[in-house]
Amino acid sequence: MLELNNVKKTFNLGTINEKKALTGVSLTLDEGDFVTIIGGNGAGKSTTLNAIAGVWPIDYGSIIINGVNVTGLSEHRRAAFLGRVFQDPMTGTAATMEIQENLALAARRGQSRSLKWGISRKEKAHYRELLKTLDLGLEDRMTSKVGLLSGGQRQALTLLMATLRSPKLLLLDEHTAALDPKTAAKVLEISDKIIADNHLTAMMVTHNMNDAIVHGNRLIMMNDGKIIYDVKGEEKKKLTVDDLLKKFEEVSGSSLNNDRMLLG
Amino acid sequence: MKPISALFMALPGSVAQGLIWGILAIGVYITYKILDFADLTVDGTLGTGGAVAVVLIINGCPVPLALVCAFFAGCLAGLATGLLNTALGIPAILAGILTQLALYSVNLDIMGQANTAINVDKYPLVVSLRYIPSTIVKGALFVAIIIAILYWFFGTEYGFTIRATGCNPNMARAQGINTKKSTVIALVISNGLVGLAGGLLAQYQGNSDVNMGRGAIVIGLAAVIIGEVLGELILGKHLNFVGRLAFTAVGAIIYYVVIQIVLWLGLSTQNTKLFSAIVVAIFLAVPYLRKNAKNSFKSAAKKGVVKDA
Repeated sequence: MLELNNVKKTFNLGTINEKKALTGVSLTLDEGDFVTIIGGNGAGKSTTLNAIAGVWPIDYGSIIINGVNVTGLSEHRRAAFLGRVFQDPMTGTAATMEIQENLALAARRGQSRSLKWGISRKEKAHYRELLKTLDLGLEDRMTSKVGLLSGGQRQALTLLMATLRSPKLLLLDEHTAALDPKTAAKVLEISDKIIADNHLTAMMVTHNMNDAIVHGNRLIMMNDGKIIYDVKGEEKKKLTVDDLLKKFEEVSGSSLNNDRMLLG
Repeated sequence: MKPISALFMALPGSVAQGLIWGILAIGVYITYKILDFADLTVDGTLGTGGAVAVVLIINGCPVPLALVCAFFAGCLAGLATGLLNTALGIPAILAGILTQLALYSVNLDIMGQANTAINVDKYPLVVSLRYIPSTIVKGALFVAIIIAILYWFFGTEYGFTIRATGCNPNMARAQGINTKKSTVIALVISNGLVGLAGGLLAQYQGNSDVNMGRGAIVIGLAAVIIGEVLGELILGKHLNFVGRLAFTAVGAIIYYVVIQIVLWLGLSTQNTKLFSAIVVAIFLAVPYLRKNAKNSFKSAAKKGVVKDA
């Protein structure tokens, strides 16, 4: 489903701010894999997701999604394969457009857009049903501007938009990090449900080790722009936070001194 | 002070002029409000539209066709700014300034002189300050048709991509939208309308002048902002897209009526641009100052006085 072959990326090459963000990331995901990604700040978690999404071109390696080599495709062309939810709830939606208009935009991801009406009556009925499943009351506010929604509501909507056209790969980039704990739990629950119901292949970056263990069928740990630990199936289910901390020290030779990860 | 009857005599002319500038203002609305792109091409495009229309009409081209050409000439100007910005990475404001500057020469080339007169007695012009009532009717008709077309366009899949690009380009790209393309298209449409306005304005005033577009962007912005403030005041939450466009045209009319009033009060014509700049500065500042009055450190300090225990 997804193949990363020795992907490398350095930012600000040759300047004092040079940062080797990805130093050779290789990863193969099977269809239906739900991978959680953990690691310290600057480990390359979000950078990996951005490389897949095509926010910028990579320096070396290749990215293959569903058999298509997308390494040379720009961000908007790769969007056909991807659903994305970002850390900042403001990033994933258009604030000045209505809820239903945002959904209509997402429904046409990867398709050519024409001078047909931007949203049909049939679609509206469909969106109302979908919004009901979120259980946030958004189905009665379909013509409200998205800017009026709370962060949690916006993330839930972004999640719906990201998965409206079953993407080959769903990229969740710390999508609950900016929410309060209760809302974060709700958005995670919705994420789990959508991924399971649609049998999606997904990658979720998180700072919360416990979430990383509980969700998904596979877990990878990154450090210094590389994958340092990859575990799946039964072995992953048995993991504890302590195991992960120990593993990190063992592989990286330093301790994970990140309060957000320990406490989260 | 002149007698008040002089003011009333002049007002219909202001309305006619305001409606023509309303078309320009609607073009400015597309870039400034929908695309979030401060497009300064406008000052050049207005003159281009005027020059193209007048030269074509003088050379025997039917007036409607000349207006269509003025529209497309404007589109080309928008295309130039769009490509400077998206293909060559030049910042929006600078891209507009470059095209505007280049257009000054282009406009001189089109006319072969700085000013070309066109006489309404010799040519079947659509609008003229000699026939103000008919100009008002036709101007209103133009505005209405343009609003109808834009209402349709921005409701289509294509229109959605431009709105999304202006609102949140990151989101737009994540939804598969080519934001460069939608930026260029919005600039093309906007400047097309400005070109059309230029074609009408030249006919209205009976000449095309290489300086006719100077400060046009400021008048366009004034119309957009006056229209927005007024629209929100009158319609509040019910102000929809059609309402916003209509109020933009109304804003242009109000602008010209106000100019007429201050001229009547004794402002000299050479100071009208100074006055325009001040009006726009005030209208841009008011929302900011009002927000600050409610939410500032000063007011926080006043409200939060706690005596030391």
